Amino acid sequence: MLEGMGYFNLAAAFFILVSMGLMLGRLLGGPTLYDRLLAVNSFGTKTVLFLCIFCFVIGRPDGVDIAILYALMNFIATIAVLKFFAYRALDVSLLGDPSPAPSLPEDQT
Amino acid sequence: MIIATIMMAGAEATSHAPAGITLNFTQILYGLRVLIAGAAILVGLFFLLAGTLGVLRLPDFYTRIHAAGMTDTLGAELILLGLMVQSGFSQMTLKLLFVAFFLLLTGPTATHAVANAAYRAGLKPQLGPYRAPDVDTIRKAGRPGL
Repeated sequence: MLEGMGYFNLAAAFFILVSMGLMLGRLLGGPTLYDRLLAVNSFGTKTVLFLCIFCFVIGRPDGVDIAILYALMNFIATIAVLKFFAYRALDVSLLGDPSPAPSLPEDQT
Repeated sequence: MIIATIMMAGAEATSHAPAGITLNFTQILYGLRVLIAGAAILVGLFFLLAGTLGVLRLPDFYTRIHAAGMTDTLGAELILLGLMVQSGFSQMTLKLLFVAFFLLLTGPTATHAVANAAYRAGLKPQLGPYRAPDVDTIRKAGRPGL
């Protein structure tokens, strides 16, 4: 690890925190459900990056493992929430009958 | 083998370096690593901020997806590349490579899944020329123009 990059890494971590805070605006005020899901997914990606940089700042390489775990869990959570809101159930097999999902009303938020 | 040669040359240069203002070989390598890592992280942060502002400001869901996908791929990969250059050859580089691989695999897939779910649920995109929201209407409605 380079010793002279500590303050630069700290500034980058702070920048990512500010970016996450801006993304909360779309999460709280998104007009549709899918806007909120997109904001949550992007927020999770930024969390992974923040964990990676913060490990360099504090000088302990353990947190990158948590970042790997969070990257996988973020993807699975997004897919699970999408499937739940499409079918209103989680035990639906996606392999058999390719019938389209029941369409939601237009003003679904 | 090339890397081992460079490292041996660097060690030799350190042992024979006179104490002076002239840069030896390892210092030049150190400076190059700082430069490459800093440039990659800075460009990655630019893409991160651009994607965030796009998700905040663009008018439609299907246009916001574009900005979010840019954040998930290019910004994240560039920041992780900068961290990899900083960490050198260690165990941490392999872990960062895993994180970059998973993000590259899952980011576009998740974005596509969100777009596909919105399309199948009947969310209509805004078509036609873009019209900026009227300032008087926003002021009467009492909402900031987010």
